[in-house]
Amino acid sequence: MAKLAAAWFAGGLFGFGLVLSQMIDPRRVQGFLDLARWDPTLLLVIIGATGTTLMGYRIVQRRDRPVFEDRFHLPTATKLDRSLLLGSALFGAGWGMAGYCPGPALTAAAVGFIEPLVFLVALLAGSLLFDLYRRKSS
Amino acid sequence: MEGTPVFEALAGGVLIGLAATALLLLDGRIAGISGILGGAYGGARGERAWRVAFLAGLASGGWLAILAGFGEAAERSGYPLGILITAGLLTGFGSRLGSGCTSGHGVCGIARLSPRSIAATLVFTLTGMVVVAGLRFVVGIL
Repeated sequence: MAKLAAAWFAGGLFGFGLVLSQMIDPRRVQGFLDLARWDPTLLLVIIGATGTTLMGYRIVQRRDRPVFEDRFHLPTATKLDRSLLLGSALFGAGWGMAGYCPGPALTAAAVGFIEPLVFLVALLAGSLLFDLYRRKSS
Repeated sequence: MEGTPVFEALAGGVLIGLAATALLLLDGRIAGISGILGGAYGGARGERAWRVAFLAGLASGGWLAILAGFGEAAERSGYPLGILITAGLLTGFGSRLGSGCTSGHGVCGIARLSPRSIAATLVFTLTGMVVVAGLRFVVGIL
């Protein structure tokens, strides 16, 4: 139960941060990617978020284990493979096209915005397509 | 579009960083939204509940911020539907194939100094910029 409450709390901070920083506005996101009329908002968000996480993770990883679990669950892959690069390229294309990525789209759809809801349905379809593709190729 | 909201952007970023830190400290997990979303419906059974709780939190936190008066005028409308849907498909498929999105690679992965995440972030930022330039100069909708 504590584990679930913790996940809910962390999600809450994340969602509040996305709205406060205006990352649920796709024009801010596209503005960051638009070198012809550049908007630095997303860069400031990344500096705040990544800087805080960089320090936070360092402190957390001095511990042997997390508070409500018996071990840390961290990614183990280290190779720069084709899936990583191709997947990221496709992701970036969609991100630029809409100005939404999964976190802001979920948050914005949850507060009742229409466009991110449409985007989110398509995103889930894309995610399901990936599940199909992976099942076929394995 | 108004000027840059410097304080809100930095403060919101810090909250996102605190969220990522809290999730690792308390539950030992990485705050990557695409992975959390994909695993919330298809992951191992015992791994679903915390993901659903995180996503519910995302919605709650978003609501709270809206009620507090932030995020006004953040909604866009009238964007071409076909582009929106194509974008969603690409984003959904790509983030799963590439094992992460802006949060997992861009925030958490870079904070772990993971070479994979640094490469992924460079690649999706670059393709995002190319596509936005295409929308501006070729399609003409920006």
